[in-house]
Amino acid sequence: MNIDLTIAIIITMVGASTPLLLAALGELVVEKSGVLNLGIEGMMLTGAVVGFAVTYTTGNPWLGIFAAAIAGASVSMIFAFLTLTLSANQVATGLALTIFGAGFSALFGQPFTGKPIALFKSIFPDSLTEHPILRVFFDYSPLVYFSLFMVFAVYWFLQKTRAGLILRAVGENDHSAHSIGYSVIGVRYGAVAFGGAMAGIGGSCFPLILTPQWVEGLTGGRGWIALALVVFAAWRPGRLLAGAYLFGLIATMELYAKAAGGSFRIIPSELWASLPYLATIIVLVLISIRHKTSSSAPACLGKPFIPN
Amino acid sequence: MNNKQQKTPFRLKLEGITKAFPGVLANDQVSFAIKAGEIHALLGENGAGKSTLVKMIYGIMLPDSGSIFWNGEKIHIKNPKEARSLGIGMVFQHFSLFEAMSVLENIALGMDNKLSKKQLEAKVYEVMDTYGLSLEPSRIVSTLGVGERQRIEIVRALLLNPKLLIMDEPTSVLTPQEVEQLFATLRQLAKNGCSILYISHKLHEIKALCDGATILRGGKIVGECDPKKETSKSMAEMMIGASLQAINKSTIKDFGEIALEVKNLSLAGVGDFGVSLKNISFNVRHGEIFGIAGVAGNGQNELQSALGGEVVLKDQAAIKLNEFLIGNMSANDRRKKGLCAVPEERHGHAAVPDFNLKDNAILTARDRQNMTKLGMISAKHAKDFTKQVIDEFNVMTTGSAAIAGSLSGGNLQKFIMGREIMQVPDVLVVSQPTWGVDAGAAAAIHQALIDLAAGGAAIIIISQDLDELLELCDAIAVINEGNLSEPKNIGQVSIEEIGLLMGGVHGQNSEQLTPNSEVIAS
Repeated sequence: MNIDLTIAIIITMVGASTPLLLAALGELVVEKSGVLNLGIEGMMLTGAVVGFAVTYTTGNPWLGIFAAAIAGASVSMIFAFLTLTLSANQVATGLALTIFGAGFSALFGQPFTGKPIALFKSIFPDSLTEHPILRVFFDYSPLVYFSLFMVFAVYWFLQKTRAGLILRAVGENDHSAHSIGYSVIGVRYGAVAFGGAMAGIGGSCFPLILTPQWVEGLTGGRGWIALALVVFAAWRPGRLLAGAYLFGLIATMELYAKAAGGSFRIIPSELWASLPYLATIIVLVLISIRHKTSSSAPACLGKPFIPN
Repeated sequence: MNNKQQKTPFRLKLEGITKAFPGVLANDQVSFAIKAGEIHALLGENGAGKSTLVKMIYGIMLPDSGSIFWNGEKIHIKNPKEARSLGIGMVFQHFSLFEAMSVLENIALGMDNKLSKKQLEAKVYEVMDTYGLSLEPSRIVSTLGVGERQRIEIVRALLLNPKLLIMDEPTSVLTPQEVEQLFATLRQLAKNGCSILYISHKLHEIKALCDGATILRGGKIVGECDPKKETSKSMAEMMIGASLQAINKSTIKDFGEIALEVKNLSLAGVGDFGVSLKNISFNVRHGEIFGIAGVAGNGQNELQSALGGEVVLKDQAAIKLNEFLIGNMSANDRRKKGLCAVPEERHGHAAVPDFNLKDNAILTARDRQNMTKLGMISAKHAKDFTKQVIDEFNVMTTGSAAIAGSLSGGNLQKFIMGREIMQVPDVLVVSQPTWGVDAGAAAAIHQALIDLAAGGAAIIIISQDLDELLELCDAIAVINEGNLSEPKNIGQVSIEEIGLLMGGVHGQNSEQLTPNSEVIAS
């Protein structure tokens, strides 16, 4: 395999992985606080359409990203209010959020369908982004660097800060955290808002760095893969990075297999397209076999907190 | 001088504290006071309002009315953080620990001032030195035994230099030796001027430790006493507000043939913290009550499952019930042959909390009580049986249609015990028959067990409550690390001996678990 093709595959892979990585990082923090938000797909779609609309209207992708984060966080607050304040079932509410996000984004995105925007490209000089070798480090959207920074930031927050310790404590044993005097509901609101913002930014990656337009259902189920990734990563940011890039690679292979033709043709393109989803299922099965007896999941994951 | 001492204000004084929950007055005009350096007991049955009261002192709940005075000054404690800043520490009954985190992280969560990891570790070692406590800060909590877990809570509380330490049922899970160690720590603390509010229903402990006692019943203060001058019986009667029925147990017993023979029962543990049972053998005769003591997590749950049939064994001959080999039978088949079981966990194990009492009765009693005809349940039959259990065992409930989860712990336990006892089993295996049950209900359950045995049944009681076992059993053995000690007749064995058997092996237990802690930490 020649070096140009390898570099091209890496660049495509990193781009394809970025929305997954961002959304999954957000969900990781949410789940560490003991909340299971299945609405990632809905929040990503909301972020995607709002990010597109604002970028299209203002021409400023930074504003688009910011708006996507706000939109994702706002939608997640509906979830937070229902599940945290009213103690509604988290699974059902999360699913409803996904359906809501799909409907809202389709409606809101109607006038923008088919309109083009410019891709949010690398801000490095052409000498670096077009260099045959060095472009593997520099030919990325700022969102990519942001996602890598967030991997580190989330790790640092959870493991090294007091606030992160409290967040983990709330996810591990909500009643104990409450009796020591921490606000379980408050911490969880914060975590869910962060998860929403990250899913919104992740969603905005689709129109901004992957396909510069809005179409209905643009995220194509990536929210569900992000959800599986968190389990795959055993709630660890470092592993999440590896997992996201693995899924990105599988998705990229599909594109290159189609383009390459020849021997790749033996495998029908539908199978290539389904690979990321198949891989998700296989990974989850493998993990549940390995973790049959012990689990690294936060102990209070998905349980509503009702102080007694 | 003398005059001055009298004027020293109380460390903590409560006046007219009242707290109501929907439908219940948990605390009604509660007033009492604790001096500096005093060890004061708060006595009362389950549901008397002890926990609610201390939650208000620690700021987890706010009183509806009444005043709290701290060193003579009126204060409002809005949250635990404020309580801690005043110098109030608390060790919870159900430990407020985080299983998947390290000892040090757990301690850090209970501290309000920001310290670096190193500073905190140094302080932890300092406190442990002062009070002769030992803990490894990097260990993961889930790998620790209960005694060590409690030490984490104590160290966490001591790091705050408390002026008042609240201990909520601290000894319910400790071995006698661990209790002694705890008492030594508490006495040293009190000597240094720290007041201790000690909540327990173990009366001999209160007699040994406390300088004064306040007794709560139904949310009201019903008396104060000096425990050293009272007998356990007199304090128990103040708690329940009635005279305590002494257990009526005949001293001369004639045991029948062997009812249950367990031979070389082995079972691999499940999961990281499961305990393997190793070659357990014992016999129980008709009319005999056999006790199995031990510190929690030494194979009791596994043994209960293996005997009751929740786990089916490969070795048919490991358990023999009368003339039947039942090792490979399901719980249901064992029940048909005459072995009934009551597992420890009431909710979700011994009973389905969302089912009503009648349905819960059907679940275990349908065969022995002939409640089914051609696979159809006779509702009337089931209802009659449920009513009988409720009447016979004095279960406080609205009737057979009451949801099991709505009953208090003690009442549900009475119902579950009644359900099995009324099936007149040949062998009854029970775990923790009076766990979290008030004194009155516990006495009733104990009497029912003794009566069942007197009628010829063999009973196996697996319990962590030594007093209970010593009171009821004819023979006792200790389980530790999945090994069962040589059974001894009661009367031939001292509490110290049993305590050593319970505790000695537990140290090994925690050492063996060390490799696991690394797996979890990585």
